[in-house]
Amino acid sequence: MSKPWSEIVPKPRKNRFRWLIYVALAAIYIWAFSGVPFNGFKETAGVITKAIFSGIFSPDWGFVYLPDGEDLLHGLLETLAISVLGTFISTFVCIPFAFWAAVNMSRGKVISGSGKLVLSFVRTFPEIVMALLFIKAVGPGSFAGVLALGLHSIGMLGKLFADEIENIDRGPLEALISSGASRMQVLWFAVLPQVLPGFLSYTLYRFEINVRSATILGVIGAGGIGTPLIFALGARNWDRVGIILLGIIVMITVIDIISGTIRKRLV
Amino acid sequence: MSTNTEKIRPKAPRKLKHYFTAAILIILLWRSAVLTDSSLGELLSGLPNMLDLLKEMFPPKWSYFEKIVDAMLETIRMALVGTTLGAILAVPVALLSASNITVSRWLHHPVRLLLNLIRTIPDLLLASIFVAIFGLGPLPGIFALTVFSLGLIAKLTYEALETIDQGPLEAMTSVGANKIQRIVFGVIPQVQAHFMSYVLYAFEINVRAAAVLGLVGAGGIGHYYEVTLGFLEYNKTCTIILFTLAVVLIIDYASTKLREKLL
Amino acid sequence: MIELHNVSKTYSNGTKGLNGINLTIAHGEFVVIVGLSGAGKSTLLRSINRLHDITEGDIRIGSQSITKAKGSQLRRIRRDIGMIFQSFNLVKRTTVLRNVLAGRVGYHSTLRTILGRFPKSDIELAFQALDRVNIVEKAYSRADQLSGGQQQRVAIARVLAQEARVILADEPVASLDPLTTKQVMDDLKKINTELGITTIVNLHFIDLARQYATRIIGLRAGEVVFDGPVSEATDERFAEIYGRPIQKDELLGEPVAEVPVS
Repeated sequence: MSKPWSEIVPKPRKNRFRWLIYVALAAIYIWAFSGVPFNGFKETAGVITKAIFSGIFSPDWGFVYLPDGEDLLHGLLETLAISVLGTFISTFVCIPFAFWAAVNMSRGKVISGSGKLVLSFVRTFPEIVMALLFIKAVGPGSFAGVLALGLHSIGMLGKLFADEIENIDRGPLEALISSGASRMQVLWFAVLPQVLPGFLSYTLYRFEINVRSATILGVIGAGGIGTPLIFALGARNWDRVGIILLGIIVMITVIDIISGTIRKRLV
Repeated sequence: MSTNTEKIRPKAPRKLKHYFTAAILIILLWRSAVLTDSSLGELLSGLPNMLDLLKEMFPPKWSYFEKIVDAMLETIRMALVGTTLGAILAVPVALLSASNITVSRWLHHPVRLLLNLIRTIPDLLLASIFVAIFGLGPLPGIFALTVFSLGLIAKLTYEALETIDQGPLEAMTSVGANKIQRIVFGVIPQVQAHFMSYVLYAFEINVRAAAVLGLVGAGGIGHYYEVTLGFLEYNKTCTIILFTLAVVLIIDYASTKLREKLL
Repeated sequence: MIELHNVSKTYSNGTKGLNGINLTIAHGEFVVIVGLSGAGKSTLLRSINRLHDITEGDIRIGSQSITKAKGSQLRRIRRDIGMIFQSFNLVKRTTVLRNVLAGRVGYHSTLRTILGRFPKSDIELAFQALDRVNIVEKAYSRADQLSGGQQQRVAIARVLAQEARVILADEPVASLDPLTTKQVMDDLKKINTELGITTIVNLHFIDLARQYATRIIGLRAGEVVFDGPVSEATDERFAEIYGRPIQKDELLGEPVAEVPVS
């Protein structure tokens, strides 16, 4: 046997159009990277970065609490309040949507499919843009933020709730129907107890996300800790930027831990 | 009703915990409403404004589309570059965070902590800080997305790394492979597909994020929200919103299909 | 009295689930329906309280036709027919008592039940039902903390609290071990004789059917192929019904009571 094995055993044929994909990918990347103005650095960049870092390590502790109320604690509390209310509103509003989108509760796939479509539309609409529009409607302030988070969260919560409803055990429903229960009674006694822990867990999860979202609402004037942050950035008050960042990081970490612990106990 | 059944009948458990939870919730909601000036009255009085706004948004001004195509392309470019840079940086970070690859506790714990801290800061906040550092333009936006992608991809990847089958690794050790060889032949083939899937997932999120980064001056189409809303040209705003929705939905769809193929 | 006139069911894909069934079941009977899996036992049982709709014929419960009933009338008829399932069908995350009270919802307005305002007499009824199946001490336990046999007894208590006049039991012991099988079947029999509730049970085990039934109905391919007292339901007749000899897995085995207790 003179030929080496590598020539005897045929290689599996690769996709003939594979190279086309590589060429396309390469073209996209060349287009993407060639358009980035990498030389657009401000010469002060290094200095400012240093200033922000030193701001984080030597924060403006005086900003934590001020007698006039426009301080860090007030900003963080307002952020939390926005997320609590936003989450609360969306949890209630999304329930009918979830039942609409759940395939085992709607009549037919077309109806549940249309529900899912509406939810994914709402989900795609960024909360910050919603906040911009609500500011036009109710004026700047936290209430616009509450409404924006409340509306935007419906998309994701509605989908998660619908999934939860689709996973229920049909048995208890049959038992209730066979004892002569009305449709509402079946929902209340057989469906709700099954989905409630899941609903609560997802609500807490969404709350964690909403706290993060609420920190940025102030950037466009929809309340929360984002407002003083933007002012501090504009005024180049790096020590204040430092303490605000620190405050945000601590708040989000604490909320995540608390919410995560409760969620573990629910399931 | 016999008396002996009465004896073994258990007492109803106290509902104190439920009442307590309900009370806390009500107080929380009430305080929150006070703090944010939220009320149904406010909502109702704002309702006519909202309807006016919606009326002015439709029909969308389609001709504005041409003006924002370039900004939309910049948005996609930012997402693409940001995700790629983040993904590249995520590889070493994920390897350092995985306890079965970086065995030393003194290394993987601090790296993970740093990763968790990064993940607490929302991308728009990162962008506004980077704008302060680097000035206006797409560059701070790209950096913000890079940091965000790094956090997300590295976290998902190291979690995937920790669930890999140790068998191939042992096999590589037994044939005398060094650390790098073990990772290349024993680890990477196992997480490759997951990693690609996470990168695509991060890309989906980044496209959405990039679309609003312009609000803080970090490039992309978000800038045009302020322009159009500032001049009260709501029909143009509507065009931006619809265009963004279409792009996001198309990219989501393509990416989801690709991810399904990968796994 | 339950009457089935010419009942047939054809599924949308054309298969016949039930074919021209005529039956009259008198008050207080303990009827066991046997047959191979796929013979239509479950379809027949679920047609009686209209969990499944039939395509032809008429089913009458007492003087009313459940086939033609709608809305609240249908719910009123169902209220008088309790059902017990193979997989118990309890709401696992709620308490035993609440599961039993769920059997009472047909008696009250939707609003009243949702607010949880069950009358005292209902709660008393629920406790008595639990007492009858010897599980009253578990009233405030969560249903998923109970064993399979206990869960099925809760399901029986739910039917008792419902004050049903007919009990339908769809393979009530199929997911239970032999010992709890006997307890559950004994409970059903006791309820049948003491309260005079008409009971219709689907069973897989032929010897169990002979042990408890007053009347056995054999089904094959959606048709009634045997209908008579236990004394006529011999192994030879079953071999005829099934078209083959009785197999071991169709017998539960020796009556459990004869197993020596150690």
